[in-house]
Amino acid sequence: MIVKRIIPCLDVKEGKVVKGTNFVSLRELGNPVEMASSYSKEGADEIIFLDISATNEGRQTMVDIVRETAENVFVPFTVGGGVRTIDDVTRLLQAGADKVGMNSAAVANPDLIEVASARFGAQCIVVAIDAKRFDDGWHVMTHGGSKDTGIDAITWAKTAEQHGAGEILLTSVDTDGVKDGFDIELTEAIVSSVRIPVIASGGCGAPEHFSEVFKKTDVSAALAASIFHENTFSIKEVKQSCNQQGVDIRDAGLL
Amino acid sequence: MIAIVDYGMGNVASVSTAFKRLGYEVLLTDKEEELERASHIILPGVGSFQAAVQEINDRNLKQPLQRLAKQKPFLGICLGMQLLFTEGYEGATSKGLNLIPGTIEKIETDLLLPHIGWNALHINETHQPFTAFQDKHVYFVHSFAANTTDDYIVATAEYGTNIPAIVQNGHVFGIQFHPEKSGEVGVDILKTFLQLTE
Repeated sequence: MIVKRIIPCLDVKEGKVVKGTNFVSLRELGNPVEMASSYSKEGADEIIFLDISATNEGRQTMVDIVRETAENVFVPFTVGGGVRTIDDVTRLLQAGADKVGMNSAAVANPDLIEVASARFGAQCIVVAIDAKRFDDGWHVMTHGGSKDTGIDAITWAKTAEQHGAGEILLTSVDTDGVKDGFDIELTEAIVSSVRIPVIASGGCGAPEHFSEVFKKTDVSAALAASIFHENTFSIKEVKQSCNQQGVDIRDAGLL
Repeated sequence: MIAIVDYGMGNVASVSTAFKRLGYEVLLTDKEEELERASHIILPGVGSFQAAVQEINDRNLKQPLQRLAKQKPFLGICLGMQLLFTEGYEGATSKGLNLIPGTIEKIETDLLLPHIGWNALHINETHQPFTAFQDKHVYFVHSFAANTTDDYIVATAEYGTNIPAIVQNGHVFGIQFHPEKSGEVGVDILKTFLQLTE
């Protein structure tokens, strides 16, 4: 049976890993390829790079990082951030990414999901949704979680699936950076609305937050950034915690 | 030298790196004369069965691959594994390389498709060197799978149904998952294939 995936996420800005809290105040951490490689050796089931570069040079650097990662990392990896056109998707997949994530551009033009999915297969197209709670439900947020589109997040998740998304990377803008646990309610609402895998993101501050989201929802994977980057907890500790809680994970020789 | 058939079906960099890591010289090629010189032939691939058959036919590679598979160790990975079989039903029905009897059909399961993620291997106990990988997790991404007889099945993965994960007919091997994306276990499985066919 398929196991739950534990995914470290690396925010990359102009070629360097940075840490974001609530999508603002960035801080530099290190070399993306080295960090991805060391996470994969520690038992990460997958790696996600989120390119938050503001410049074209930064974007080009990301392609080089992808190429180098493909040669040094032996678990699947996804690249998102700044993906606007089918050419962006093609460039990243050709450089060796296993999956490409799209966010704002897909909201503006859902056909991008369809074209990319038809050309490369749904399995490599991830639609990232940043959602925030409002009185009438969850809204899709774009531009790094700052702009309210007014679009209902559940409706958008279904639309993305219909257009050929193979997976949804769901970030709760409300819990992101708070470190008090994943947004269980939002995660369950999205997971139960689609028939594609969902990755929960935002709010992880301790190993037991992983087992909590895996036990309380049918989410396929969960992602964290700061707890791994700051060496607060290792991938191994997270996997041990999941294992103790009876969550099926890939032990990767760790336990 | 290990030849990796580069026929326009997906990125082959990771597969190439995996063999280089094991200390082998690797050549990416779609030329018959270069395949001829290789000690092992690796057929990777991501995409649809029908499109892959088309790419192979366009390069006049079908007969050379069938001939060389009788002479030297041959490994199909993911879509490349599916191409080893007689016929595939993804897109229109198309003929594979027919190196292992069987067909490639859409997975029948109540679970989500594609079958994506880390799943455990169940090794058939009679396949000695591979039993070291009993219950190990490897990374799958596919919606179609082989329908073949137990004679050719080395390992399966459970996903609402038993999916052939490693197949073998003599020195022709097929791996449905991505060994190049399956961490150390994946590399060890490639090593086992190379040792078995030395």
